[in-house]
Amino acid sequence: MQRLIDRAKELLGSGEVARVLGWRKGENSWDVEPAFFASAEELDGFVYDGFCGANLSKYMIEASKLEGKTLVFLKPCDTYSFNQLIKEHRVDRDKAYIVGVGCKGKLKIENIPAKGILSVEGAGYPDAAEMLTVKTLYGDVQVAYKDAMLERCHVCKGKDHMIFDEQIGESADTLDGDRFAQVAAIEAMSPEEKFAFFQAELSKCIRCNACRNVCPACSCRKCVFDSNKFDSAQKANTTSFEEKMFHIIRAFHVAGRCTDCGECSRVCPQGIPLHLFNRKFIKDINELYGEFQAGADIDARGPLTDFRQDDCEPSIVGKRG
Amino acid sequence: MSVKNEEFRPVIVAFCCNWCSYAGADLAGSSRLAYPADVKIIRVPCSCRVNPMFILRAFEKGADGVILCGCHPGDCHYSTGNYYARRRMTMLFSMLDFIGVENGRTRVEWVSAAEGVKFSETMNSFVDKIRSLGPNVRLGDLRCKD
Repeated sequence: MQRLIDRAKELLGSGEVARVLGWRKGENSWDVEPAFFASAEELDGFVYDGFCGANLSKYMIEASKLEGKTLVFLKPCDTYSFNQLIKEHRVDRDKAYIVGVGCKGKLKIENIPAKGILSVEGAGYPDAAEMLTVKTLYGDVQVAYKDAMLERCHVCKGKDHMIFDEQIGESADTLDGDRFAQVAAIEAMSPEEKFAFFQAELSKCIRCNACRNVCPACSCRKCVFDSNKFDSAQKANTTSFEEKMFHIIRAFHVAGRCTDCGECSRVCPQGIPLHLFNRKFIKDINELYGEFQAGADIDARGPLTDFRQDDCEPSIVGKRG
Repeated sequence: MSVKNEEFRPVIVAFCCNWCSYAGADLAGSSRLAYPADVKIIRVPCSCRVNPMFILRAFEKGADGVILCGCHPGDCHYSTGNYYARRRMTMLFSMLDFIGVENGRTRVEWVSAAEGVKFSETMNSFVDKIRSLGPNVRLGDLRCKD
């Protein structure tokens, strides 16, 4: 972490960058928030540890409109999103100085099964511990780092940065799960079970729009969900719009562009597994149109803006069973 | 309001492309081929014009089945529109299946301007399928219904 701060101060001091985009300490050690730093003094609040799950690439859309370069810290998975935004002409590559930071898996405070948490020790980089020591009102608890990790880190895409100007820090492999296992399990259910499962999950939605606001692929200036004509601008208790339409529409809008960064599930205050929708699309694209990872290659054509003459017919959905 | 034990009459929305399927429907009409009046045709410039949201919206507004008809792949008036529509619809239908909507409720069929017979046969079989599936309750808006 100190290396990151030193390098940021160096670049700020030399005038190469006008500001730094990173993470800042919150009220508690696990409340880390994305922040811009304009001076060396402000950088004292900078933090990089296991709770820095936030993907900063979307903030570069706004930073690209500002004067001067912005130093941005990107984890390996964030670089896919950044690449995808370059491809969509939403960020300016020349306005960004990208420092690829190492990643040893990110944590989710909700995954720590303890009450009255005061602080979490052992999440600091570069020497993230095997076991976290959680100090609570009722005494210390030991939790394995792996058990507190975000779901997306268990199915990590790899620790290689897709785009960077320089790299700082070590990474550690965290992959220990099958990315599509849960999707496949749902596919195997009967229509009644699937419907019941999704109604139960989606009826928790409070339409806070956090998933939309955080999603790097959801970066349209005008969003269909803000339209007053299409009565979807706010949650109304009398409708089942969230349960039936909102998340399907949102998932479809990012289909073929979603890098599976998992931010939607991370920020959902209701804990809805929103990544399932995106993964379902990714799984289908991989199976029907060939393996595709959004953001891995800037020049690749998105699967839904491309076609083959011998593509399968939509009736394949029923035939696959 | 209505007689409860009345036979179920589905509401079916058919998006037909202006150049092939709409003309195919015309031919079915002028050839006096019968297809159920439950099918409401919406003319679109190309099958590719159909945004997946149109289909969701149709279901939300009370459709029991939605069918999309376009030119045969390779015959699109705009060269490639139906190829894009094909991928898009495959993805959407797969997602609807994933969330538990019966997959017989959606269909894509390629009908050319010369295929009046195919048009009427397609519509007959689709209406039969929807009748057997019953009313769409999973994707509909349930307000103000008895």
